[in-house]
Amino acid sequence: MIVLEWITALLLLIGALFSFLAAVGVLRFPDTLLRMQSSSKASTLGVACLIAGTALQFPEVSVIIRLGALASFMMLTAPLTAHIVARVTLHRRTPLWEGTILNEHEPSECAPGPGAPSDDPSPR
Amino acid sequence: MLYIVMQIVLVVLVVSQLIALVRLWRGPTLPDRIVAMDLIAVLTVGTIITTTAGTGQRGLLDAASLIALVGFMGTLAYAWFWLKWRPG
Repeated sequence: MIVLEWITALLLLIGALFSFLAAVGVLRFPDTLLRMQSSSKASTLGVACLIAGTALQFPEVSVIIRLGALASFMMLTAPLTAHIVARVTLHRRTPLWEGTILNEHEPSECAPGPGAPSDDPSPR
Repeated sequence: MLYIVMQIVLVVLVVSQLIALVRLWRGPTLPDRIVAMDLIAVLTVGTIITTTAGTGQRGLLDAASLIALVGFMGTLAYAWFWLKWRPG
């Protein structure tokens, strides 16, 4: 079972790396939507790796069922949370990053950029 | 070997939680704080699961499920509050 132990250690380290990258993204990104994107995706992958690594260590049905339920719950609720937070952010007109080139919710408040539809009316 | 890996992973996860706590402290708007709280809850679940893998304590998984549920409901309630709240 030494192979399973090595795989568990590798999965735990990968999960810790992705969780750390999620936290760094939340700290460093300039905008609420970018921070939310970093938080939802990277932390979901990190916790999924941690759960998979833990499930390899316990050859019992009850532990694996609990871990599977926890993983499915995290994977179901993370996009839901991100969607709701994004909707609330756009609805309350939270100031976006100044480099945003497309805001379909409030097109007039979008800064003109290289990809803005107002600059280039011709279809591409 | 797994115990040493658990210690390394726990240090990394706690540092990640402290970084998210910095965003929770500094966040210029309320959605930033909501995102930081959600990330802290998810990282707490990861910390408990890593402790389970390192020590073999199976009862901690119930606590992880509970924190995942409470974190999700808390994030929803916080977002709903921010949607309905009108200043003044």
